[in-house]
Amino acid sequence: MESVLKVHNLGMNFGGLRALDSVDLDVGKHEIVALIGPNGAGKTTFFNCVTGIYPPTEGDVLISVRGKGELKRINGMKPNKVTEKGLARTFQNIRLFSNMTVLENVMIGRHCRMHAGILGAVFRGRSTVREEQSAVQESYAILEKMGLAPFVNDFAKNLPYGAQRRLEIARAMATEPFLLLLDEPAAGMNPYETRELDELIQRIRHEEEISILLIEHDMKLVMSLSDRIFVVDYGRKIAQGTPAQIRDNPDVIKAYLGEERDA
Amino acid sequence: MFAFDRIKKALLVSVWFMFLTFPILVIRINPVERTVEWRWINMLLIGVGSFFLSFVWHYFIRRREAGVRRAETGEGPEGGTPARRILKNKKIYRPALAVAGIFALVFPFLFSLYQTNIMISALIYVMLGLGLNIVVGLAGLLDLGYVAFYAVGAYAYALLNYHFGLTFWMALPIGAGLGAVFGILLGFPVLRLRGDYLAIVTLGFGEIIRIILENWNEFSFGPSGISNIPRPSLFGIDLSVHDATIYIYYVMIGLCLLTIFVVNRLQDSRIGRAWIALREDEIACQAMGIDKAKTKLTAFALGATWAGMSGVVFAAKTTFVNPASFTIWESIIILCIVVLGGMGSIVGVIAGALVLILMPEYLRAFSEYRMLAFGVVLVVMMVFRPGGLIPNVRRIYTFTDAAESGKGD
Repeated sequence: MESVLKVHNLGMNFGGLRALDSVDLDVGKHEIVALIGPNGAGKTTFFNCVTGIYPPTEGDVLISVRGKGELKRINGMKPNKVTEKGLARTFQNIRLFSNMTVLENVMIGRHCRMHAGILGAVFRGRSTVREEQSAVQESYAILEKMGLAPFVNDFAKNLPYGAQRRLEIARAMATEPFLLLLDEPAAGMNPYETRELDELIQRIRHEEEISILLIEHDMKLVMSLSDRIFVVDYGRKIAQGTPAQIRDNPDVIKAYLGEERDA
Repeated sequence: MFAFDRIKKALLVSVWFMFLTFPILVIRINPVERTVEWRWINMLLIGVGSFFLSFVWHYFIRRREAGVRRAETGEGPEGGTPARRILKNKKIYRPALAVAGIFALVFPFLFSLYQTNIMISALIYVMLGLGLNIVVGLAGLLDLGYVAFYAVGAYAYALLNYHFGLTFWMALPIGAGLGAVFGILLGFPVLRLRGDYLAIVTLGFGEIIRIILENWNEFSFGPSGISNIPRPSLFGIDLSVHDATIYIYYVMIGLCLLTIFVVNRLQDSRIGRAWIALREDEIACQAMGIDKAKTKLTAFALGATWAGMSGVVFAAKTTFVNPASFTIWESIIILCIVVLGGMGSIVGVIAGALVLILMPEYLRAFSEYRMLAFGVVLVVMMVFRPGGLIPNVRRIYTFTDAAESGKGD
């Protein structure tokens, strides 16, 4: 299968701490891949390395170039460049622009697909106006798709929790990614909201033809969504496979539940 | 029960204030006659006064908290604060704007030269406030050295005129450009800094510029400054002091309108949104594809441009510049204008500048208490209206149909 993301031998050191140790991972086109592991296993660090927030100490991150089959190395690239290339992410602890309206939050996502500069902003020529209007419309369309249209003029900080999570996804979608990285999208959600999220992610994959890599602790969600699962523990990849394979993998059970004591 | 609690609290406050003010307001030592005078009546006044003030204070605090609660549950009055409602109401807003405009136009003919001069400095501060508003209010970068760019503009005109005989109108764009260049110069080293660290570095930058101007005699003529800077001339005609002042007044009105126009357009654009997003969350901002470095640098440069321009006008108005006009105190005043007026709000910043610059001028009788009043106003404002005089509001979009989008106000 054609991959959109290929991570090879990724390593990350924080001083003497080895947060990631030669992790390999790949995400195929239109695939949903889950990254799981106990707390502190290095999952978020992995996301931060892929999206350019940390430059990885070693290894390579390759993503597919839009419209072409070839892969391009992106490690060391700044986060905004990575986003421009077509990778978008959400954050584990919601990071919305809380004093901006819901629509503006999504319009920020459009930023890297817009071009108006200082002169355009001041003189407001026809192209700038048109660009601005289409950004508003596209953002609104995304909000409608995410079921956030009723909140359009509310401040992001006043949204209910589940809606804030959805807004984070909407904002990431606005950057027109081909790969969406979701960091614990279901954290703090009740079972009903989690079910809704499950459907939402499925829908995104089918309608937008986007690949998804997600970190999640809710095993029910992971098992129902993912095509493949990667398991990390102590910065190392300990298993990979289909949900069925992972469920029965002794190493994974050991990492989550501890070792069975010999009698 | 409830009332008893409040009385107890107020009593405690009054006892505390009596204790605090005891040494300075009650005891008076007369070293000549070697006597100690006990002014118990002052203590009584303080006690009673603070007792009642504490009631007033708590009453307002409670009112404010009730207001916040209403706003959170969304049952508050439609359209927010009274000031905001007035601004939104076109029936009041339009005529009010027209009256303000006419007043501004005829001002120099109604009032004395002295008043016109005061108004010019108020307008200079409006421009400075609007410039700093880009950096602090929109982009959220706390800049305590903003006066440095003001100095750059003023010295640009003074020196260019002294050495090359450049006129005001030639110096104005050069001052603005130099302001922007210095903004970028300051911006580069502080790209990675935020919050307190940024404030300290910008503070240092402001002082560096002032100290250079003070000590580099060959370049800037040191503390004695540069005098005999020409006032602007009208199409090559030299004007009398009186006419030149009126001329500068109108130039300043024009520049302020330009500033308002440009800042307003910037604020409501792709770049303005990026600034606000940067203020809200830097990491999320980058993850959304916004170039942090570029955005910060444009904020610094565009903010400093206005300071450079107003510096040129300042030099032309006073016909004299020296480093003493560009102390840290000026930076603080400009920052207070932005914070007091309302961060990110253009109308607020204009109101803030007019209040903070005109009040002290017209209340000269109480000039001894100026700093006291200043402090009290700031504290009260921050407790009761942390958003400023006229807080910024976000643009409201209205959508009639799924596919269509209309523009809001």
